[in-house]
Amino acid sequence: MTTDLGHPALAATAVRKAYGDHVVLGGIDLDIPTGSVFALLGPNGAGKTTLVQILSTLIRADAGEMRVAGHDVVRDPDAVRAAIGVTGQFSAVDGFLTGEENLLLMADLHHLPRRERRQCATDLLARFDLVDAARKPAVTYSGGMRRRLDLAMTLVGRPRVIFLDEPTTGLDPRSRRTMWEIIRGLVVNEGVTIFLTTQYLDEADQLADRIAVLHQGKLVAQGTAEELKRQVGGGHITLRFTDARGHDYAARTLDVVSRNDEALTLKVSSQGTCGRCAHCWTGSTAPRSPWTNSRSTPPISTTSSSR
Amino acid sequence: MSTATHAFTDSATMLRRQLRHMLRYPTLTLTAAGVPVVFLLLFVYVLGGILGSGLGGPSGGRDAYVNYVVPGVILMTAATAAQGTAISVAIDMTEGIVARFRTMAIARVSVLTGHVLGSLAQTLLSMAIVTGVALLVGFDPTAGFGEWLGVIAVLVLIIFALTWLSVALAIMAKSVAAASNMLTPLMILPMMGSGFVPTDSMPGELKWFADYQPFTPFIETLRGLLMDTPIGNNAILAIGWCTLITLGGYLWARKLYNREPTQ
Repeated sequence: MTTDLGHPALAATAVRKAYGDHVVLGGIDLDIPTGSVFALLGPNGAGKTTLVQILSTLIRADAGEMRVAGHDVVRDPDAVRAAIGVTGQFSAVDGFLTGEENLLLMADLHHLPRRERRQCATDLLARFDLVDAARKPAVTYSGGMRRRLDLAMTLVGRPRVIFLDEPTTGLDPRSRRTMWEIIRGLVVNEGVTIFLTTQYLDEADQLADRIAVLHQGKLVAQGTAEELKRQVGGGHITLRFTDARGHDYAARTLDVVSRNDEALTLKVSSQGTCGRCAHCWTGSTAPRSPWTNSRSTPPISTTSSSR
Repeated sequence: MSTATHAFTDSATMLRRQLRHMLRYPTLTLTAAGVPVVFLLLFVYVLGGILGSGLGGPSGGRDAYVNYVVPGVILMTAATAAQGTAISVAIDMTEGIVARFRTMAIARVSVLTGHVLGSLAQTLLSMAIVTGVALLVGFDPTAGFGEWLGVIAVLVLIIFALTWLSVALAIMAKSVAAASNMLTPLMILPMMGSGFVPTDSMPGELKWFADYQPFTPFIETLRGLLMDTPIGNNAILAIGWCTLITLGGYLWARKLYNREPTQ
Protein backbone atom coordinates (compact mmCIF):
# COMPACT_ATOMS: atom_id res chain seq x y z
CA MET A 1 0.00 0.00 0.00
CA THR A 2 2.88 2.37 0.66
CA THR A 3 4.72 1.57 -2.56
CA ASP A 4 3.69 4.81 -4.14
CA LEU A 5 5.40 7.01 -1.58
CA GLY A 6 7.63 9.33 -3.49
CA HIS A 7 5.61 8.72 -6.63
CA PRO A 8 2.90 11.14 -7.60
CA ALA A 9 -0.56 10.17 -6.38
CA LEU A 10 -1.96 11.44 -9.62
CA ALA A 11 -0.21 12.11 -12.89
CA ALA A 12 -1.80 13.10 -16.17
CA THR A 13 -0.45 14.20 -19.51
CA ALA A 14 -2.28 15.79 -22.40
CA VAL A 15 -5.80 14.84 -21.30
CA ARG A 16 -8.35 15.83 -23.91
CA LYS A 17 -12.10 15.60 -24.05
CA ALA A 18 -14.56 17.03 -26.52
CA TYR A 19 -18.30 16.64 -26.98
CA GLY A 20 -18.72 17.02 -30.73
CA ASP A 21 -17.14 20.33 -31.70
CA HIS A 22 -17.16 21.57 -28.15
CA VAL A 23 -13.72 21.10 -26.60
CA VAL A 24 -14.18 20.65 -22.85
CA LEU A 25 -10.58 19.79 -21.95
CA GLY A 26 -7.86 20.88 -24.34
CA GLY A 27 -4.74 19.09 -23.09
CA ILE A 28 -4.37 18.96 -19.31
CA ASP A 29 -1.12 18.03 -17.52
CA LEU A 30 -1.12 17.29 -13.81
CA ASP A 31 1.38 16.03 -11.26
CA ILE A 32 0.10 15.77 -7.72
CA PRO A 33 2.40 14.48 -4.96
CA THR A 34 1.12 11.91 -2.46
CA GLY A 35 -0.28 13.42 0.72
CA SER A 36 -0.99 16.85 -0.71
CA VAL A 37 -4.12 18.85 -1.44
CA PHE A 38 -4.59 20.00 -5.00
CA ALA A 39 -7.28 22.51 -5.89
CA LEU A 40 -8.66 22.95 -9.36
CA LEU A 41 -10.12 26.42 -9.52
CA GLY A 42 -12.46 27.67 -12.19
CA PRO A 43 -15.88 29.08 -12.97
CA ASN A 44 -18.93 27.02 -13.92
CA GLY A 45 -18.47 25.28 -17.24
CA ALA A 46 -14.67 25.44 -17.14
CA GLY A 47 -14.46 21.63 -17.32
CA LYS A 48 -13.71 20.88 -13.67
CA THR A 49 -16.36 18.21 -13.25
CA THR A 50 -15.45 16.59 -16.57
CA LEU A 51 -11.84 16.26 -15.44
CA VAL A 52 -12.92 14.72 -12.13
CA GLN A 53 -15.23 12.30 -13.97
CA ILE A 54 -12.39 11.24 -16.26
CA LEU A 55 -9.84 10.77 -13.46
CA SER A 56 -12.37 8.85 -11.34
CA THR A 57 -13.15 6.41 -14.22
CA LEU A 58 -16.70 7.66 -14.70
CA ILE A 59 -16.15 8.77 -18.30
CA ARG A 60 -13.38 8.20 -20.81
CA ALA A 61 -11.00 10.83 -22.11
CA ASP A 62 -10.50 11.14 -25.87
CA ALA A 63 -6.73 11.17 -25.40
CA GLY A 64 -4.10 11.38 -22.69
CA GLU A 65 -2.14 9.29 -20.19
CA MET A 66 -3.41 9.14 -16.63
CA ARG A 67 -2.25 7.30 -13.53
CA VAL A 68 -4.07 7.49 -10.23
CA ALA A 69 -2.54 5.85 -7.15
CA GLY A 70 -0.09 4.12 -9.45
CA HIS A 71 -2.73 2.56 -11.72
CA ASP A 72 -3.54 3.36 -15.30
CA VAL A 73 -7.00 4.92 -15.47
CA VAL A 74 -7.85 3.51 -18.90
CA ARG A 75 -6.27 0.06 -18.69
CA ASP A 76 -6.99 -0.80 -15.08
CA PRO A 77 -10.08 1.16 -13.97
CA ASP A 78 -11.01 -1.36 -11.25
CA ALA A 79 -7.64 -0.94 -9.51
CA VAL A 80 -8.14 2.83 -9.64
CA ARG A 81 -11.69 2.46 -8.26
CA ALA A 82 -10.39 0.40 -5.36
CA ALA A 83 -7.95 3.19 -4.45
CA ILE A 84 -10.14 6.26 -4.78
CA GLY A 85 -13.12 7.87 -3.12
CA VAL A 86 -15.37 10.34 -4.90
CA THR A 87 -17.73 12.90 -3.46
CA GLY A 88 -19.49 14.42 -6.40
CA GLN A 89 -21.22 17.73 -6.79
CA PHE A 90 -24.63 16.15 -6.40
CA SER A 91 -25.42 14.36 -3.21
CA ALA A 92 -24.65 10.65 -3.58
CA VAL A 93 -26.51 9.32 -0.58
CA ASP A 94 -29.52 7.00 -0.54
CA GLY A 95 -32.24 9.29 0.79
CA PHE A 96 -34.55 6.41 1.74
CA LEU A 97 -31.94 4.88 4.05
CA THR A 98 -30.79 6.31 7.38
CA GLY A 99 -27.30 7.76 7.77
CA GLU A 100 -26.17 4.61 9.53
CA GLU A 101 -27.65 2.33 6.87
CA ASN A 102 -25.93 4.36 4.15
CA LEU A 103 -22.58 3.78 5.85
CA LEU A 104 -23.29 0.08 6.36
CA LEU A 105 -24.21 -0.20 2.69
CA MET A 106 -20.80 1.21 1.79
CA ALA A 107 -19.11 -1.15 4.26
CA ASP A 108 -20.86 -4.11 2.62
CA LEU A 109 -19.87 -2.97 -0.85
CA HIS A 110 -16.26 -2.74 0.32
CA HIS A 111 -16.62 -6.29 1.67
CA LEU A 112 -15.59 -5.35 5.20
CA PRO A 113 -15.78 -8.20 7.74
CA ARG A 114 -19.00 -8.23 9.79
CA ARG A 115 -17.57 -6.90 13.01
CA GLU A 116 -15.54 -4.18 11.34
CA ARG A 117 -18.47 -2.78 9.38
CA ARG A 118 -20.44 -1.76 12.45
CA GLN A 119 -17.36 -0.25 14.09
CA CYS A 120 -16.56 1.64 10.93
CA ALA A 121 -20.07 3.11 10.73
CA THR A 122 -20.09 4.07 14.42
CA ASP A 123 -16.69 5.77 14.15
CA LEU A 124 -17.62 7.76 11.08
CA LEU A 125 -20.97 8.87 12.52
CA ALA A 126 -19.16 10.20 15.58
CA ARG A 127 -16.41 11.83 13.58
CA PHE A 128 -18.82 13.62 11.26
CA ASP A 129 -21.17 14.71 14.04
CA LEU A 130 -24.06 12.60 12.78
CA VAL A 131 -24.73 10.46 15.86
CA ASP A 132 -28.06 12.15 16.68
CA ALA A 133 -29.26 11.80 13.10
CA ALA A 134 -27.89 8.28 12.58
CA ARG A 135 -31.31 6.62 12.68
CA LYS A 136 -33.13 9.18 10.55
CA PRO A 137 -33.61 8.83 6.78
CA ALA A 138 -31.11 10.94 4.86
CA VAL A 139 -33.91 12.79 3.04
CA THR A 140 -34.57 14.64 6.28
CA TYR A 141 -30.97 15.90 6.54
CA SER A 142 -29.92 19.51 5.98
CA GLY A 143 -27.53 20.35 3.13
CA GLY A 144 -24.53 20.38 5.44
CA MET A 145 -25.44 17.06 7.04
CA ARG A 146 -25.93 15.45 3.64
CA ARG A 147 -22.49 16.58 2.52
CA ARG A 148 -20.94 15.26 5.72
CA LEU A 149 -22.67 11.91 5.27
CA ASP A 150 -21.63 11.89 1.64
CA LEU A 151 -17.97 12.41 2.58
CA ALA A 152 -18.21 9.87 5.41
CA MET A 153 -19.49 7.31 2.87
CA THR A 154 -16.53 8.10 0.64
CA LEU A 155 -14.15 7.34 3.50
CA VAL A 156 -15.51 3.87 4.31
CA GLY A 157 -13.15 2.11 1.93
CA ARG A 158 -10.11 4.05 3.23
CA PRO A 159 -9.33 5.59 -0.15
CA ARG A 160 -5.81 6.87 -0.80
CA VAL A 161 -6.89 9.50 -3.28
CA ILE A 162 -10.08 11.46 -2.68
CA PHE A 163 -11.87 13.54 -5.29
CA LEU A 164 -14.09 16.30 -3.95
CA ASP A 165 -16.10 18.05 -6.63
CA GLU A 166 -17.15 21.43 -5.24
CA PRO A 167 -17.47 20.12 -1.69
CA THR A 168 -18.87 23.34 -0.22
CA THR A 169 -20.98 24.79 -3.03
CA GLY A 170 -24.38 25.69 -1.61
CA LEU A 171 -23.38 25.31 2.03
CA ASP A 172 -23.86 28.03 4.63
CA PRO A 173 -20.68 29.64 6.01
CA ARG A 174 -20.66 27.54 9.16
CA SER A 175 -21.10 24.20 7.38
CA ARG A 176 -18.45 25.37 4.96
CA ARG A 177 -15.92 25.93 7.73
CA THR A 178 -16.79 22.55 9.27
CA MET A 179 -16.14 20.93 5.90
CA TRP A 180 -12.77 22.69 5.64
CA GLU A 181 -11.79 21.40 9.08
CA ILE A 182 -12.73 17.87 8.04
CA ILE A 183 -10.73 18.08 4.81
CA ARG A 184 -7.66 19.39 6.61
CA GLY A 185 -8.00 16.59 9.16
CA LEU A 186 -8.00 13.98 6.42
CA VAL A 187 -4.64 15.06 5.09
CA VAL A 188 -3.02 15.42 8.48
CA ASN A 189 -4.39 12.24 10.07
CA GLU A 190 -4.60 9.83 7.18
CA GLY A 191 -2.05 11.10 4.71
CA VAL A 192 -4.49 10.89 1.81
CA THR A 193 -4.15 12.91 -1.34
CA ILE A 194 -7.00 15.25 -2.11
CA PHE A 195 -8.08 16.54 -5.49
CA LEU A 196 -10.72 19.19 -5.01
CA THR A 197 -12.50 21.50 -7.39
CA THR A 198 -13.90 24.81 -6.35
CA GLN A 199 -15.21 28.10 -7.67
CA TYR A 200 -13.89 29.99 -4.66
CA LEU A 201 -10.35 31.27 -4.46
CA ASP A 202 -10.52 31.57 -0.67
CA GLU A 203 -11.39 27.88 -0.42
CA ALA A 204 -8.45 26.88 -2.59
CA ASP A 205 -6.27 29.27 -0.62
CA GLN A 206 -7.41 27.81 2.72
CA LEU A 207 -6.95 24.18 1.82
CA ALA A 208 -4.62 23.57 -1.05
CA ASP A 209 -0.89 23.08 -1.29
CA ARG A 210 -1.10 23.70 -4.99
CA ILE A 211 -3.74 25.40 -7.09
CA ALA A 212 -4.39 25.20 -10.81
CA VAL A 213 -6.74 27.54 -12.61
CA LEU A 214 -8.87 25.95 -15.30
CA HIS A 215 -10.31 28.28 -17.87
CA GLN A 216 -12.13 27.10 -20.99
CA GLY A 217 -10.53 23.67 -20.83
CA LYS A 218 -6.95 24.80 -20.29
CA LEU A 219 -4.83 25.22 -17.19
CA VAL A 220 -4.01 28.90 -17.38
CA ALA A 221 -2.02 29.12 -14.16
CA GLN A 222 -0.53 26.70 -11.67
CA GLY A 223 1.37 27.02 -8.41
CA THR A 224 1.02 27.70 -4.70
CA ALA A 225 -1.47 30.33 -3.61
CA GLU A 226 1.36 32.83 -3.13
CA GLU A 227 2.83 32.19 -6.55
CA LEU A 228 -0.53 32.63 -8.19
CA LYS A 229 -1.22 35.90 -6.45
CA ARG A 230 2.13 37.23 -7.67
CA GLN A 231 1.38 36.10 -11.22
CA VAL A 232 -1.94 37.87 -11.40
CA GLY A 233 -0.90 41.01 -9.59
CA GLY A 234 -2.31 43.21 -12.34
CA GLY A 235 -5.91 42.72 -11.21
CA HIS A 236 -8.34 45.41 -10.17
CA ILE A 237 -10.93 45.79 -7.49
CA THR A 238 -14.12 47.72 -8.02
CA LEU A 239 -15.35 49.57 -4.98
CA ARG A 240 -18.99 50.59 -4.96
CA PHE A 241 -20.07 53.37 -2.58
CA THR A 242 -23.38 54.06 -0.98
CA ASP A 243 -22.87 57.83 -0.71
CA ALA A 244 -21.11 60.50 -2.72
CA ARG A 245 -19.04 61.77 0.18
CA GLY A 246 -17.34 58.45 0.84
CA HIS A 247 -16.82 58.02 -2.88
CA ASP A 248 -15.13 61.38 -3.18
CA TYR A 249 -13.00 60.89 -0.10
CA ALA A 250 -11.78 57.49 -1.26
CA ALA A 251 -11.10 58.81 -4.75
CA ARG A 252 -8.72 61.35 -3.27
CA THR A 253 -7.02 58.90 -0.92
CA LEU A 254 -6.48 55.81 -3.10
CA ASP A 255 -4.53 55.15 -6.31
CA VAL A 256 -7.55 55.19 -8.54
CA VAL A 257 -7.37 53.58 -11.97
CA SER A 258 -10.75 54.95 -13.02
CA ARG A 259 -13.81 56.46 -11.38
CA ASN A 260 -17.47 56.64 -12.22
CA ASP A 261 -19.27 59.44 -10.41
CA GLU A 262 -22.74 58.39 -11.46
CA ALA A 263 -22.51 54.75 -10.30
CA LEU A 264 -20.35 55.81 -7.33
CA THR A 265 -17.66 53.26 -8.17
CA LEU A 266 -13.87 53.38 -8.13
CA LYS A 267 -11.52 50.95 -9.81
CA VAL A 268 -8.29 50.51 -7.84
CA SER A 269 -5.21 48.31 -8.25
CA SER A 270 -5.46 45.11 -6.24
CA GLN A 271 -1.89 45.33 -4.97
CA GLY A 272 -1.28 46.82 -1.58
CA THR A 273 -4.64 48.50 -1.54
CA CYS A 274 -6.07 46.97 1.59
CA GLY A 275 -4.15 48.97 4.13
CA ARG A 276 -5.16 52.19 2.50
CA CYS A 277 -8.74 51.01 2.08
CA ALA A 278 -8.88 50.42 5.80
CA HIS A 279 -7.43 53.88 6.43
CA CYS A 280 -9.94 55.38 4.08
CA TRP A 281 -12.77 53.63 5.81
CA THR A 282 -11.75 54.91 9.27
CA GLY A 283 -11.20 58.33 7.79
CA SER A 284 -14.69 58.48 6.44
CA THR A 285 -17.36 59.69 8.79
CA ALA A 286 -20.07 57.57 7.25
CA PRO A 287 -21.91 55.68 10.02
CA ARG A 288 -21.92 52.36 8.17
CA SER A 289 -19.58 50.72 5.73
CA PRO A 290 -19.33 53.17 2.88
CA TRP A 291 -18.73 50.62 0.18
CA THR A 292 -19.42 47.12 -0.86
CA ASN A 293 -16.76 45.19 -2.62
CA SER A 294 -17.47 43.50 -5.93
CA ARG A 295 -15.16 41.67 -8.25
CA SER A 296 -13.85 42.59 -11.68
CA THR A 297 -11.39 41.30 -14.31
CA PRO A 298 -9.46 38.06 -14.11
CA PRO A 299 -11.30 35.52 -12.02
CA ILE A 300 -8.85 35.66 -9.14
CA SER A 301 -8.27 39.37 -8.78
CA THR A 302 -10.20 39.83 -5.58
CA THR A 303 -7.54 38.35 -3.33
CA SER A 304 -6.64 41.51 -1.54
CA SER A 305 -9.86 41.67 0.43
CA SER A 306 -8.88 41.67 4.09
CA ARG A 307 -6.94 38.56 5.01
CA MET B 1 -12.51 -13.15 -4.03
CA SER B 2 -13.27 -13.91 -7.64
CA THR B 3 -15.39 -11.64 -9.82
CA ALA B 4 -18.26 -14.12 -9.73
CA THR B 5 -18.38 -14.16 -5.92
CA HIS B 6 -18.17 -10.37 -5.97
CA ALA B 7 -21.09 -10.20 -8.37
CA PHE B 8 -23.07 -12.44 -6.04
CA THR B 9 -22.28 -10.66 -2.74
CA ASP B 10 -22.71 -7.22 -4.30
CA SER B 11 -26.08 -8.18 -5.77
CA ALA B 12 -27.12 -9.52 -2.35
CA THR B 13 -26.07 -6.21 -0.77
CA MET B 14 -28.07 -4.27 -3.34
CA LEU B 15 -31.06 -6.57 -2.78
CA ARG B 16 -30.89 -5.85 0.95
CA ARG B 17 -30.94 -2.16 0.08
CA GLN B 18 -34.12 -2.60 -1.96
CA LEU B 19 -35.82 -4.73 0.69
CA ARG B 20 -35.03 -2.06 3.27
CA HIS B 21 -36.70 0.55 1.05
CA MET B 22 -39.70 -1.76 0.74
CA LEU B 23 -40.03 -2.32 4.49
CA ARG B 24 -39.58 1.36 5.28
CA TYR B 25 -42.16 2.47 2.74
CA PRO B 26 -44.90 -0.19 2.64
CA THR B 27 -47.02 2.26 0.62
CA LEU B 28 -44.90 1.30 -2.42
CA THR B 29 -46.19 -2.26 -2.19
CA LEU B 30 -49.73 -1.18 -1.37
CA THR B 31 -49.84 1.24 -4.30
CA ALA B 32 -48.83 -1.52 -6.68
CA ALA B 33 -51.71 -3.62 -5.31
CA GLY B 34 -54.15 -0.70 -5.11
CA VAL B 35 -54.92 -0.13 -8.79
CA PRO B 36 -55.58 -3.82 -9.59
CA VAL B 37 -57.79 -4.14 -6.51
CA VAL B 38 -59.86 -1.15 -7.64
CA PHE B 39 -60.18 -2.69 -11.12
CA LEU B 40 -61.13 -6.03 -9.59
CA LEU B 41 -63.91 -4.46 -7.52
CA LEU B 42 -65.15 -2.30 -10.41
CA PHE B 43 -65.26 -5.17 -12.87
CA VAL B 44 -66.78 -7.67 -10.46
CA TYR B 45 -69.41 -5.46 -8.83
CA VAL B 46 -70.18 -2.84 -11.46
CA LEU B 47 -69.75 -4.77 -14.70
CA GLY B 48 -69.54 -8.38 -13.52
CA GLY B 49 -73.27 -9.18 -13.56
CA ILE B 50 -73.57 -8.50 -17.27
CA LEU B 51 -70.08 -9.56 -18.37
CA GLY B 52 -70.48 -12.87 -16.54
CA SER B 53 -73.66 -13.71 -18.39
CA GLY B 54 -71.86 -13.01 -21.67
CA LEU B 55 -69.25 -15.69 -20.93
CA GLY B 56 -71.72 -18.37 -21.93
CA GLY B 57 -70.84 -20.77 -19.13
CA PRO B 58 -73.39 -22.92 -17.24
CA SER B 59 -73.61 -20.65 -14.16
CA GLY B 60 -72.97 -17.16 -15.59
CA GLY B 61 -73.39 -13.90 -13.76
CA ARG B 62 -71.11 -12.25 -11.23
CA ASP B 63 -69.81 -15.48 -9.67
CA ALA B 64 -68.56 -16.79 -13.00
CA TYR B 65 -67.03 -13.46 -13.87
CA VAL B 66 -64.88 -13.29 -10.68
CA ASN B 67 -63.27 -16.57 -11.64
CA TYR B 68 -62.74 -15.35 -15.18
CA VAL B 69 -61.20 -11.96 -14.39
CA VAL B 70 -58.80 -12.77 -11.54
CA PRO B 71 -55.84 -14.01 -13.71
CA GLY B 72 -55.99 -10.77 -15.72
CA VAL B 73 -56.09 -8.68 -12.57
CA ILE B 74 -53.11 -10.55 -11.10
CA LEU B 75 -51.15 -9.77 -14.27
CA MET B 76 -52.22 -6.17 -14.07
CA THR B 77 -50.41 -6.18 -10.72
CA ALA B 78 -47.23 -7.24 -12.53
CA ALA B 79 -47.65 -4.17 -14.71
CA THR B 80 -48.33 -1.69 -11.90
CA ALA B 81 -45.42 -3.12 -9.91
CA ALA B 82 -43.16 -2.79 -12.96
CA GLN B 83 -44.09 0.87 -13.02
CA GLY B 84 -42.95 1.13 -9.39
CA THR B 85 -39.66 -0.51 -10.33
CA ALA B 86 -39.17 1.92 -13.18
CA ILE B 87 -39.74 4.84 -10.84
CA SER B 88 -37.25 3.62 -8.25
CA VAL B 89 -34.60 2.88 -10.92
CA ALA B 90 -35.16 6.32 -12.43
CA ILE B 91 -34.75 7.93 -8.99
CA ASP B 92 -31.43 6.13 -8.57
CA MET B 93 -30.25 7.13 -12.03
CA THR B 94 -31.09 10.80 -11.60
CA GLU B 95 -29.47 11.06 -8.14
CA GLY B 96 -25.76 10.98 -7.47
CA ILE B 97 -25.82 7.53 -5.89
CA VAL B 98 -25.30 5.69 -9.18
CA ALA B 99 -22.24 7.83 -9.94
CA ARG B 100 -20.91 6.72 -6.57
CA PHE B 101 -21.52 3.05 -7.34
CA ARG B 102 -19.86 3.47 -10.71
CA THR B 103 -16.65 4.80 -9.16
CA MET B 104 -16.45 1.89 -6.71
CA ALA B 105 -14.80 -1.45 -7.38
CA ILE B 106 -18.07 -3.41 -7.32
CA ALA B 107 -19.79 -5.67 -9.81
CA ARG B 108 -21.40 -3.11 -12.10
CA VAL B 109 -24.65 -4.84 -12.88
CA SER B 110 -25.31 -5.55 -9.17
CA VAL B 111 -27.22 -2.27 -8.82
CA LEU B 112 -29.68 -3.50 -11.44
CA THR B 113 -29.87 -7.08 -10.17
CA GLY B 114 -30.65 -5.67 -6.73
CA HIS B 115 -33.54 -3.72 -8.19
CA VAL B 116 -34.88 -6.68 -10.14
CA LEU B 117 -34.71 -9.14 -7.22
CA GLY B 118 -36.20 -6.56 -4.85
CA SER B 119 -39.05 -5.95 -7.29
CA LEU B 120 -39.64 -9.67 -7.61
CA ALA B 121 -40.24 -9.93 -3.87
CA GLN B 122 -42.35 -6.78 -3.83
CA THR B 123 -44.48 -7.80 -6.81
CA LEU B 124 -45.17 -11.27 -5.40
CA LEU B 125 -46.28 -9.60 -2.17
CA SER B 126 -48.58 -7.22 -4.06
CA MET B 127 -50.00 -10.16 -6.00
CA ALA B 128 -50.65 -12.02 -2.75
CA ILE B 129 -52.64 -9.01 -1.53
CA VAL B 130 -54.65 -8.87 -4.77
CA THR B 131 -55.31 -12.62 -4.64
CA GLY B 132 -56.39 -12.27 -1.01
CA VAL B 133 -58.96 -9.62 -1.94
CA ALA B 134 -60.11 -11.78 -4.87
CA LEU B 135 -60.74 -14.71 -2.53
CA LEU B 136 -62.78 -12.40 -0.28
CA VAL B 137 -65.02 -11.30 -3.16
CA GLY B 138 -65.80 -14.83 -4.24
CA PHE B 139 -62.86 -16.08 -6.31
CA ASP B 140 -63.02 -19.87 -6.10
CA PRO B 141 -60.04 -21.53 -7.82
CA THR B 142 -59.92 -25.24 -8.53
CA ALA B 143 -56.10 -25.32 -8.21
CA GLY B 144 -54.48 -27.80 -5.84
CA PHE B 145 -51.03 -27.50 -4.25
CA GLY B 146 -49.16 -28.49 -7.42
CA GLU B 147 -51.11 -26.02 -9.56
CA TRP B 148 -50.42 -23.21 -7.09
CA LEU B 149 -46.69 -23.97 -7.32
CA GLY B 150 -47.07 -23.79 -11.08
CA VAL B 151 -48.86 -20.44 -10.77
CA ILE B 152 -46.01 -19.03 -8.67
CA ALA B 153 -43.40 -20.34 -11.13
CA VAL B 154 -45.19 -18.76 -14.10
CA LEU B 155 -45.63 -15.49 -12.22
CA VAL B 156 -41.94 -15.39 -11.29
CA LEU B 157 -40.99 -15.80 -14.95
CA ILE B 158 -43.40 -13.06 -16.02
CA ILE B 159 -42.31 -10.65 -13.28
CA PHE B 160 -38.68 -11.25 -14.17
CA ALA B 161 -39.35 -10.43 -17.81
CA LEU B 162 -41.42 -7.31 -17.16
CA THR B 163 -39.01 -6.05 -14.49
CA TRP B 164 -35.91 -6.27 -16.69
CA LEU B 165 -37.83 -4.53 -19.44
CA SER B 166 -38.93 -1.76 -17.08
CA VAL B 167 -35.36 -1.35 -15.76
CA ALA B 168 -34.12 -0.79 -19.32
CA LEU B 169 -36.95 1.64 -20.09
CA ALA B 170 -36.28 3.52 -16.86
CA ILE B 171 -32.58 4.01 -17.64
CA MET B 172 -33.52 5.19 -21.11
CA ALA B 173 -36.13 7.60 -19.75
CA LYS B 174 -33.67 10.00 -18.03
CA SER B 175 -36.36 11.40 -15.73
CA VAL B 176 -38.67 9.96 -13.11
CA ALA B 177 -41.85 11.24 -14.73
CA ALA B 178 -40.90 9.89 -18.15
CA ALA B 179 -40.03 6.50 -16.65
CA SER B 180 -43.42 6.32 -14.99
CA ASN B 181 -45.28 7.24 -18.19
CA MET B 182 -43.35 4.79 -20.31
CA LEU B 183 -44.75 1.85 -18.35
CA THR B 184 -48.40 2.92 -18.50
CA PRO B 185 -49.20 1.01 -21.74
CA LEU B 186 -48.20 -2.16 -19.91
CA MET B 187 -51.25 -1.76 -17.67
CA ILE B 188 -53.60 -1.63 -20.63
CA LEU B 189 -52.24 -4.79 -22.25
CA PRO B 190 -54.09 -7.30 -20.02
CA MET B 191 -57.34 -5.59 -21.13
CA MET B 192 -56.38 -5.81 -24.77
CA GLY B 193 -55.93 -9.54 -24.38
CA SER B 194 -58.03 -12.26 -22.81
CA GLY B 195 -57.82 -10.72 -19.33
CA PHE B 196 -61.28 -9.16 -18.98
CA VAL B 197 -63.33 -10.62 -21.83
CA PRO B 198 -62.68 -13.52 -24.27
CA THR B 199 -60.85 -12.35 -27.41
CA ASP B 200 -63.59 -13.94 -29.56
CA SER B 201 -65.87 -11.05 -28.71
CA MET B 202 -63.45 -8.47 -30.16
CA PRO B 203 -63.58 -6.98 -33.70
CA GLY B 204 -61.17 -8.27 -36.38
CA GLU B 205 -57.84 -6.42 -36.04
CA LEU B 206 -58.13 -6.01 -32.28
CA LYS B 207 -58.82 -9.73 -31.93
CA TRP B 208 -55.72 -10.46 -34.01
CA PHE B 209 -53.62 -8.23 -31.73
CA ALA B 210 -55.18 -9.69 -28.59
CA ASP B 211 -54.51 -13.25 -29.72
CA TYR B 212 -50.86 -12.66 -30.50
CA GLN B 213 -49.69 -10.27 -27.77
CA PRO B 214 -47.77 -11.87 -24.87
CA PHE B 215 -50.34 -11.16 -22.16
CA THR B 216 -52.89 -13.53 -23.68
CA PRO B 217 -50.74 -16.70 -23.33
CA PHE B 218 -49.67 -15.42 -19.86
CA ILE B 219 -53.32 -15.08 -18.82
CA GLU B 220 -54.48 -18.33 -20.46
CA THR B 221 -51.68 -20.30 -18.75
CA LEU B 222 -52.52 -18.77 -15.42
CA ARG B 223 -56.26 -19.32 -15.94
CA GLY B 224 -55.61 -22.93 -16.89
CA LEU B 225 -53.65 -23.56 -13.72
CA LEU B 226 -56.10 -21.74 -11.45
CA MET B 227 -59.45 -22.72 -12.99
CA ASP B 228 -58.56 -25.89 -14.88
CA THR B 229 -59.40 -24.44 -18.31
CA PRO B 230 -57.52 -25.86 -21.34
CA ILE B 231 -53.98 -24.44 -21.63
CA GLY B 232 -52.98 -25.85 -25.02
CA ASN B 233 -49.78 -24.37 -26.40
CA ASN B 234 -50.16 -21.23 -24.25
CA ALA B 235 -47.66 -22.46 -21.63
CA ILE B 236 -44.94 -22.87 -24.27
CA LEU B 237 -45.78 -19.47 -25.76
CA ALA B 238 -45.71 -17.85 -22.32
CA ILE B 239 -42.30 -19.35 -21.47
CA GLY B 240 -41.01 -18.30 -24.89
CA TRP B 241 -42.19 -14.72 -24.49
CA CYS B 242 -40.74 -14.55 -20.96
CA THR B 243 -37.34 -15.81 -22.08
CA LEU B 244 -37.28 -13.39 -24.99
CA ILE B 245 -38.35 -10.35 -22.96
CA THR B 246 -36.03 -11.20 -20.04
CA LEU B 247 -33.02 -11.64 -22.27
CA GLY B 248 -33.78 -8.56 -24.34
CA GLY B 249 -34.54 -6.43 -21.28
CA TYR B 250 -31.42 -7.61 -19.44
CA LEU B 251 -29.02 -7.05 -22.32
CA TRP B 252 -30.57 -3.70 -23.16
CA ALA B 253 -30.52 -2.53 -19.52
CA ARG B 254 -26.90 -3.61 -19.11
CA LYS B 255 -25.87 -1.83 -22.28
CA LEU B 256 -27.65 1.38 -21.27
CA TYR B 257 -26.20 1.23 -17.77
CA ASN B 258 -22.63 0.70 -18.93
CA ARG B 259 -22.92 3.49 -21.44
CA GLU B 260 -21.07 6.62 -20.37
CA PRO B 261 -23.15 9.17 -18.56
CA THR B 262 -23.47 12.19 -20.82
CA GLN B 263 -23.24 15.67 -19.44
